[in-house]
Amino acid sequence: MSLVLQNVSKKVGKATHIHDVSLELPAGSLNVLLGPTLSGKTTLMRLMAGLEQPSTGRVLFDGKDVTGVAVQTRNVAMVYQQFVNYPTLSVYENIASPLRIAKVPRTELDARVREAAALLRLEPMLARTPLELSGGQQQRTALARALVKRAPLVLLDEPLANLDYKLREELREELPKIFAATGSILVYATTEPSEALQLGGNTATLDRGRVTQFGPTIEVYRRPVDRLTAEVFSDPPMNFVAADIARGVARLSGDVTLPCIGPLSGVPDGRVTLGFRPNHLHLRRLDGDAVSIHATVSVVEITGSESFIHVRHAGDEWIALSHGVHELKPDHPVELYLDPHKMFVFGADGRLVAAPLPAAAAA
Amino acid sequence: MNKPFDNRAWFLVLPVFLLVAFSAILPLMTVVNYSVQDTFGNNQFFWAGTDWYVQLLASERFHQALGRQLLFSAIILLIQIPLGVLIALCMPRKGWTVSLTLVLMALPLLIPWNVVGTIWQVFGRGDIGLLGYTLNRIGLDYNYVNNIGDAWVTIVVMDVWHWTSLVALLAYAGLRSIPDAYYQAAKIDGASRWSIFRLIQLPKMKHVLIIAVLLRFMDSFMIYTEPFVLTGGGPGNSTTFLSIDLVKLALGQFDLGPAAAMSIVYFLVILLLSWVFYTVMTRDENERQGGAS
Amino acid sequence: MAAITLDRLAHSYLPHPSAPSDYALKPLDITWRDGGAYALLGPSGCGKTTLLNIISGLVAPSEGRVLFDGTDVTRMPTEHRNIAQVFQFPVIYDTMTVAENLAFPLKNRGLAKAEINARVHEIAEMLDLRGDLNRRAARLTADAKQKISLGRGLVRSDTAAILFDEPLTVIDPQLKWELRAQLKQLHQKVGRTMIYVTHDQTEAMTFADTVVVMYDGGVVQIGKPVDLFQRPAHTFVGYFIGSPGMNVLPATIEGRVAHIGSSSVFLADDYPTLPAGKIEIGVRPENIALKTGAEGLPVRITRVDDIGRIRIARTVFEDHEINVVLPEDTPIPTDPRAVPIADRVHVYADGHIVDASPVRGHA
Repeated sequence: MSLVLQNVSKKVGKATHIHDVSLELPAGSLNVLLGPTLSGKTTLMRLMAGLEQPSTGRVLFDGKDVTGVAVQTRNVAMVYQQFVNYPTLSVYENIASPLRIAKVPRTELDARVREAAALLRLEPMLARTPLELSGGQQQRTALARALVKRAPLVLLDEPLANLDYKLREELREELPKIFAATGSILVYATTEPSEALQLGGNTATLDRGRVTQFGPTIEVYRRPVDRLTAEVFSDPPMNFVAADIARGVARLSGDVTLPCIGPLSGVPDGRVTLGFRPNHLHLRRLDGDAVSIHATVSVVEITGSESFIHVRHAGDEWIALSHGVHELKPDHPVELYLDPHKMFVFGADGRLVAAPLPAAAAA
Repeated sequence: MNKPFDNRAWFLVLPVFLLVAFSAILPLMTVVNYSVQDTFGNNQFFWAGTDWYVQLLASERFHQALGRQLLFSAIILLIQIPLGVLIALCMPRKGWTVSLTLVLMALPLLIPWNVVGTIWQVFGRGDIGLLGYTLNRIGLDYNYVNNIGDAWVTIVVMDVWHWTSLVALLAYAGLRSIPDAYYQAAKIDGASRWSIFRLIQLPKMKHVLIIAVLLRFMDSFMIYTEPFVLTGGGPGNSTTFLSIDLVKLALGQFDLGPAAAMSIVYFLVILLLSWVFYTVMTRDENERQGGAS
Repeated sequence: MAAITLDRLAHSYLPHPSAPSDYALKPLDITWRDGGAYALLGPSGCGKTTLLNIISGLVAPSEGRVLFDGTDVTRMPTEHRNIAQVFQFPVIYDTMTVAENLAFPLKNRGLAKAEINARVHEIAEMLDLRGDLNRRAARLTADAKQKISLGRGLVRSDTAAILFDEPLTVIDPQLKWELRAQLKQLHQKVGRTMIYVTHDQTEAMTFADTVVVMYDGGVVQIGKPVDLFQRPAHTFVGYFIGSPGMNVLPATIEGRVAHIGSSSVFLADDYPTLPAGKIEIGVRPENIALKTGAEGLPVRITRVDDIGRIRIARTVFEDHEINVVLPEDTPIPTDPRAVPIADRVHVYADGHIVDASPVRGHA
């Protein structure tokens, strides 16, 4: 089983919602669609499900062209952001509903419903109706209904967005395990980079209807192909600064120079944009090659274990993420350290020229 | 918002098309056919061209009926829409009184049109009707059979009694969909009751009010049964609205050609006015959407 | 501006509450100083919304009083309390421009036109809304609409407190960073009392000077973000704050050693007088190192989640799951042992923290 989108576009009136998307999702894979609101995640899912027809391009399922085939005959399961359950049916009947439609024999139905309920820890609630459940339990019911169907394609459209932070964290950890056993192709839409990283699998980053990159999640995070992808896939947002490279030195605004070592070595002379993640902008010199810069504090946010230091430097606004508690006063100067080994280099067209090497430990 | 698109969905709509074709388009074409011919019975037809239309549009009788109809619809809309909104604003939003109010409001809507006419016919009679008798007893000279003003007032009051609940129920549904946060924010901002109505309730009710105006306009413009039962179009022709006139023409005088022409014109007037209402009421919205980048 | 005192405040939706479980909000005594930034943090159903509604005047408490600067406002309706509120979903006047929206509360209070104008421009400047002043508010993005809601509170000079009810729910992650920092800066600039209700620990911790953690209708801990993180007073706080939450393991304490199953870890203090009840130790994943050697608990690693700037090692020690957070570039040894930092290990009896010093007893 595999799902292939070939040059799929979707136009509605004059507006293009999806631009020429090609994706290949292998059987049993977990795939995250990551992008902000209105970037086309939902439309792409609806195209995969057959709820919408592409304007151009083809959708292949298992090698067969299913472009015109209606959703009813495709065997797809879908879970939405809103908790969609039958309000008058018990949790048991909710989970059983796809099997009743498929006319599954009673003994098998009962076994499958109980199996799905066990996986999602719903056994004590089987006799209740959805309205008697908490939000987390309601969404678990919807997930169980998707699971019990054993559909080869399961689409999850921001399924955890309406749940409490802590519940989200727990379900996020459980979901890949639960669905891994089914062998289904899982597609999961989210706006949150941290969610994509926690789910793992593959990630497609979306920006205004285009898939900017598709690959193993951690690789997309480590080597975003362009600046847009880096922006979409960073939380906190990546810091950017313009730089001129000449004679082995990168000259940044604010009269800062970085030696062209690490990812900067071998970058041809000219104007580039450097990107670096907030956790690589340090308050202390951690690397011998780090360059000190003088910035002004805008505001400091402290989470208890970490500090997010928002700073201004020569017209750029950056965030430094530092372990521990650092209470810095607004509008005061602060000395920070830029590590040239951690720089992403983007060319004038926004394409990635060079990325930091992953640390040896990560291999 | 994207909608699923599947060409086979047309098959699902096909029965509706067939139904509409049989129930609306075919009879309409028959009427069109009649309207350009003349007949003297015996199923003999003669080509009349646009004669009937020319005659109709020039006829004093048609102008008067049309005028009466427009006046009636205008009065109905001017009374029922504000009154309906007012009632909706006063309706309870919580508790056991909600369902009771809803049932009471729905009652007049459940009564058949001809019964409504009969009820008011009896109700307004000077000898045995509660309304007519009471009015006469307190010294008001009320007689809807002879007095044009009284006839109009009775028909208008009857229609208001019959249909204002519809507007109220629609407006109530619109009000119920406003989240509490809006009222709370307005309170915090120190907004007056009038401001809350004008800036929150009215804009949020707008969509259902458009529907209410269209429904009430079309319905009142086609009103037939109740005034026919109550006054029969009189005294004189003072309450002969378009539909009553049409029936008189077609069935009373058996002038099929002119009656058919009148039907077509009647139909077009309703279509035109509904379209005007709709465009005017949604203009603001289209501008807003068009201007959004 | 005002200090807010909650005096033996409690609320029950039942007419004659008797058991603690009858209360939606269990009795509490809190004083919030004028100009402070506070957060009410807890899962859904913990009573934080009830408390917020009592402060805003939407709900009259069944017991106790609410004081603004010493004045009893318990029975005062919302409109006379001089509070402002930002809701979960943006509440704006659709038919008005941004400027009219901002001017609305002042117009209602009959201020002179020139003064209204000056205030509106000042606030628009503060909120980065200057360029949008003459646009229809309905056309703006969700984050701009939330700023307008906030602006309507800020524009008044008499606002005693500004209440936020999960205001970032509909905001994309990237913009959340901006808006959160702006909010924090704004608080420092205007110095109004602000109360922020959320289930999201990051929002609560970054925004507030003091966080009130609520659970099941009661307050479990009030403290600075750092204290909540480093010294959770209750295992619930340890679990709820931090991602992943604190590891909690059943233990028996002997001198400065905590025995867990067949192994043990060191403590920084003695606990000669332990209260009766279930004894557990709690230690944050951030305060555990994976080392080789003889110290600590021998663990089996089941999974390592690489979430970019950190990695989470999911480990198991004799049926107990232990999460360990590894900073970027930290190698994982073979045959690892989980070694907690001794002075970051806390002892809990029936969920409540036990003070090491025998004199003080537990809070």
